[in-house]
Amino acid sequence: MSLISEGAELRGPVLGHPSLGPALAEPSLATVGDYIALMKPRVMSLVVFTALVGLAVAPGSLHPLTGFTALLCIAVGAGASGALNMWYDADIDALMTRTQRRPVPMGRVQPGEALAFGLTLACFAVVVFGLLVNLLAAALLAFTIFFYVIVYTMWLKRSTPQNIVIGGAAGAFPPMIGWAAVTGSLSLEPVLLFMIILFWTPPHFWALALTRTDDYARAGIPMLPVVAGDASTRRHIMLYTFILAPLGVAPWAFGFAGALYGVTAIVTGAIMLALAWQVLRERRPVERASKQLFAFSILYLFLLFAVLLVERGWGGLIARLAA
Amino acid sequence: MKVGLAMKERHKDEGIVLTEAQKRARRSRSIAIALALGALVILFYVMTLVKGPGVMVRPI
Repeated sequence: MSLISEGAELRGPVLGHPSLGPALAEPSLATVGDYIALMKPRVMSLVVFTALVGLAVAPGSLHPLTGFTALLCIAVGAGASGALNMWYDADIDALMTRTQRRPVPMGRVQPGEALAFGLTLACFAVVVFGLLVNLLAAALLAFTIFFYVIVYTMWLKRSTPQNIVIGGAAGAFPPMIGWAAVTGSLSLEPVLLFMIILFWTPPHFWALALTRTDDYARAGIPMLPVVAGDASTRRHIMLYTFILAPLGVAPWAFGFAGALYGVTAIVTGAIMLALAWQVLRERRPVERASKQLFAFSILYLFLLFAVLLVERGWGGLIARLAA
Repeated sequence: MKVGLAMKERHKDEGIVLTEAQKRARRSRSIAIALALGALVILFYVMTLVKGPGVMVRPI
């Protein structure tokens, strides 16, 4: 209770958002839905999906209930990261069209409540993971939460245009955590999955940032289009997609995936390159190519991991359920 | 700060009186917390049954 009051008073004046003034002193009107929104459920679903793939393709056996517990802890850990991100970023969220309807800038959840909620979830997720699954996976989850909240949200996001390049690692860890939950160790295969998501993140986010430059500039976030300009961002998108496309094929090239994955990775990688080329040739105020790349990049990552799941993991999952 | 003083003044005698909306929100939050804690208890119970004596073994 005291934590909530202190957090509210501490963060309130910093926010400088009119709707937060009187709301700080009133008993909370936050609903369960507001707290679910704090956990960023859409981001959480992608995290759980990539973690499921890491868990399913890993060699070895895992009881289905332990697998469920692992995914639950990863989901809750992702939710904790989302809540802590919304607590810290409430001031800039209030300035951006895309984020201004989030629970904290809207005044539905007080900042201190979001902080307490995020810390509680983070502690529960890591401790339960360590107690019921294994310590390496729990340590990786703890590091992921630390990386997203401290390294990305509190440090990189407001200080460098490379924020999402380095910060993207936080979103790339879930397949490694899923793998570690089964094997209790790490190897080249989960590292490849990590690298795919790491190099997928910059073209994905910069394609979005190109269409929201004014939003980021208003909030003072040094996203690449704001700092380096439109043309430089489009060149960076092309460069990172050049690295991403072969990385996407690497699991097949190293023999970790079959022909179906190889064909999918080559075809979708080629489409990513073609879209990035269109983005490079596009000039503002036209944003069609950027929007297309942003939308397809989501499908690209989903397809790669879904095919890997079907090809490598599905049999393993069924065998584990039947065991 | 002024808002805080005004609130104290207003609620000096009757304490903080929740509105119906605030009561409903608090009730829904309390139910959600109870369900989450209940689910955690069930999870630990079932996992202990599944793992048996191995529940104390936590490989790194």
